[in-house]
Amino acid sequence: MADMIDVDGKQLAVDEEGYLADLNEWVPCVATVMAKQDNLELTEEHWDIINFLREYYEEYQIAPAVRVLTKIVGKKLGKDKGNSKYLYSLFPYGPAKQACRFAGLPKPTGCV
Amino acid sequence: MSEIVKKILYLNRKAPYGTIYAWESLEVVLISAAFDQVVSLMFMDDGVYQLVKGQDPSGIGMKNFSSTYRTLGDYEVKNVYVDRDSLAARGLTADNLVQIAWEDVDTGEEMENIVTVIDASRGCELMAEADVVFSF
Amino acid sequence: MNILHTVNKSPFERTSLDSCLKFAAPGAAVLLIEDGVYAALRDTGAAARVKDALKTVKIYALGPDLKARGFAEGHLIPGIGVLDYAGFVDLAAASAKVQAWL
Repeated sequence: MADMIDVDGKQLAVDEEGYLADLNEWVPCVATVMAKQDNLELTEEHWDIINFLREYYEEYQIAPAVRVLTKIVGKKLGKDKGNSKYLYSLFPYGPAKQACRFAGLPKPTGCV
Repeated sequence: MSEIVKKILYLNRKAPYGTIYAWESLEVVLISAAFDQVVSLMFMDDGVYQLVKGQDPSGIGMKNFSSTYRTLGDYEVKNVYVDRDSLAARGLTADNLVQIAWEDVDTGEEMENIVTVIDASRGCELMAEADVVFSF
Repeated sequence: MNILHTVNKSPFERTSLDSCLKFAAPGAAVLLIEDGVYAALRDTGAAARVKDALKTVKIYALGPDLKARGFAEGHLIPGIGVLDYAGFVDLAAASAKVQAWL
């Protein structure tokens, strides 16, 4: 039996590391619920990264490794956001791992 | 990041979807590129089919990882080579293949397409220059 | 009723297609699936053998496998038909048996 998270009264399956089992089941509320579990309040800055990751996955079919994420965020959202200090301040458990999890994506390729 | 930097050449000789080799290779490529290794890819034999543009495996229930090759530039992979003879034997040209853009965000250096069609003699040199050749 | 042969390997990597075409009796049907669909494309090193075989056997390619690999009907050797999954089933049902060349 897989682990479940409760999103708006709906039970969604997650893997042993908390990543959503079926990315098609994702709704924005998934991110809110997962953030609450991690004691985080999602701000507009968080959503920028989460939405960016979802768009990136839609286009390239992968979740980027953290170094790549930093680089492309800098390219798309501005240099002040494309650095690991900023991204870690938003996602203390690791910008790629935690943000990808909130975005309903699989664990990034290249993460150990 | 790792301190030992090797020149790794990935040799891709299998068609996508029919076997898992192509996807497995791409995952290893992305992982090694994320660990700062100098990564080159060479496609030959049926491996050239991995780069054919316009793939859509939704009808066979598989992931469309052909779009993932276009992210190689983001992973700082700058060298993607395709064997000319393998293309010719399959009635294909560079026009049938995806284009992969590359950009150095620090220097602003840009390349519109890093996919390069090469002859066997160049392929031979690339294999000699590499520290390691991984075959898929 | 005739035999339906299926070939799921690339003609450039295995001898499955050559063996199939050698043993397929006149009037038989050959369905190219998975990596076998590469044999249906024009201007390849295998095209001459496939065209030759078309004189005696019917050859089809499975549409979803072509589409997955980035090819469509326009890329095929003339005379090769494209089937969807339902067409595959119909063809199998209309054949005496199905013989797979792996």
